Amino acid sequence: MILMISSQGDTLQSEPSLRFGRAPYFIEFNLEDDSWKAHENPAVSEAGGAGVAASQFLIDKKASAALSGRFGPNAHYALTHANIRMVTFDGDYRSVQSVIDAYKDEKLQEAKH
Amino acid sequence: MTPIKIAVASGKGGTGKTMVATSLASVLVSEHRVQLIDCDVEAPNAHLFLKPSINWSSPAVIMIPEINEERCTACGKCVEVCEFHALAQIGTRILVFPQLCHGCGTCSLYCPEDAISEIPHQIGEMSRGLTTNGVDFLMGELTISEPMATPIIRQLKGLVNEKGEIIIFDSPPGASCAVVATVHDADYVLLVTEPTPFGLHDLKQMIGVLKATGTPGGVIINRDGIGNQQLESFLEGTPYPILMKIPYDSEIALGLASGNVLTDFIPQYQSEFQSLHRRILEHYAKVSA
Ligand code: SF4
Ligand code: SF4
Repeated sequence: MILMISSQGDTLQSEPSLRFGRAPYFIEFNLEDDSWKAHENPAVSEAGGAGVAASQFLIDKKASAALSGRFGPNAHYALTHANIRMVTFDGDYRSVQSVIDAYKDEKLQEAKH
Repeated sequence: MTPIKIAVASGKGGTGKTMVATSLASVLVSEHRVQLIDCDVEAPNAHLFLKPSINWSSPAVIMIPEINEERCTACGKCVEVCEFHALAQIGTRILVFPQLCHGCGTCSLYCPEDAISEIPHQIGEMSRGLTTNGVDFLMGELTISEPMATPIIRQLKGLVNEKGEIIIFDSPPGASCAVVATVHDADYVLLVTEPTPFGLHDLKQMIGVLKATGTPGGVIINRDGIGNQQLESFLEGTPYPILMKIPYDSEIALGLASGNVLTDFIPQYQSEFQSLHRRILEHYAKVSA
């Protein structure tokens, strides 16, 4: 199962990004073997439709869950249709790793709309 | 006489752009056929001053794609070519995001299976009416939150009366695509600004738009007296002369706040706007010669 966490930087120690469509990076984390990879968000500098473009990226990477601060309406629509779980975290998490730990401990909430 | 299209523009809102556009229209309508088009479709307000009686309105639509699922082979071409990210592919399904679609038609052009048809999607409304003094007034208003001003402005311009003598565009503020769309087929642009460092900064941006579109223009300094000479000395070396100065005056502020046209509540300005029009024509004749 693959998680995608929106991030400010390209490591597990990077600060998570509260924005989804315009996050600079996504950290792809595989829950099966704890392997991970950083991807630049191809949507970050788009003039419009960043939420959809970022969603498309996650869909193509076969993510099962998206973790971010919040999801805009277009991203929400796309991810819902793709059956990708949307999970939110708040600004208290200082690293992507701590977000992943909280996810494993089921401390994070589903995005509500 | 060929119609002269004048766009009234400013770097930001609240500089007196609408005051100038409505005053100019009100003064010129006594001798000419005048059309005023409020192109500030995100926040139109000229109607609040001119109070036209609206007698026509029509939805502004763009054509957005509809996917014929029987024909679609999920090749993904449409998603790839849509620069506005209004399409997404999930497995074999194509999702359309009407709010993001600009109606450019690229997707249907590229679809190899002819699986995309176009259906209308309303983005706003256009209306038209006459003011009591006879200005043919047109406005558009976006009804969606996405920045989709350009298609409405284009449709509004389709309603320009080519037999009219003077057409005034009240431009959106700023230097966005919507402004470029407004300024683009104007013959002349009036730049309204304030004599402050901010005003100068915005004015320089607007002059950039005029240079890019090659449109001649002149400057109106509003609230003259509140700032400094910097703006005037900057303009000295440019092809954009100062055509008019409107002093800072609490009577003007008060009259505008109650929704009146400047030349109605301070009639002395009628002759000022007549001479403004003369200066525009003179400058226009000089630069286009
Ligand atoms: S019409 Fe243009 S903007 Fe709309 S979906 Fe097709 S390519 Fe994208
Ligand atoms: S381009 Fe045409 S066939 Fe290909 S996915 Fe889009 S709609 Fe389907």
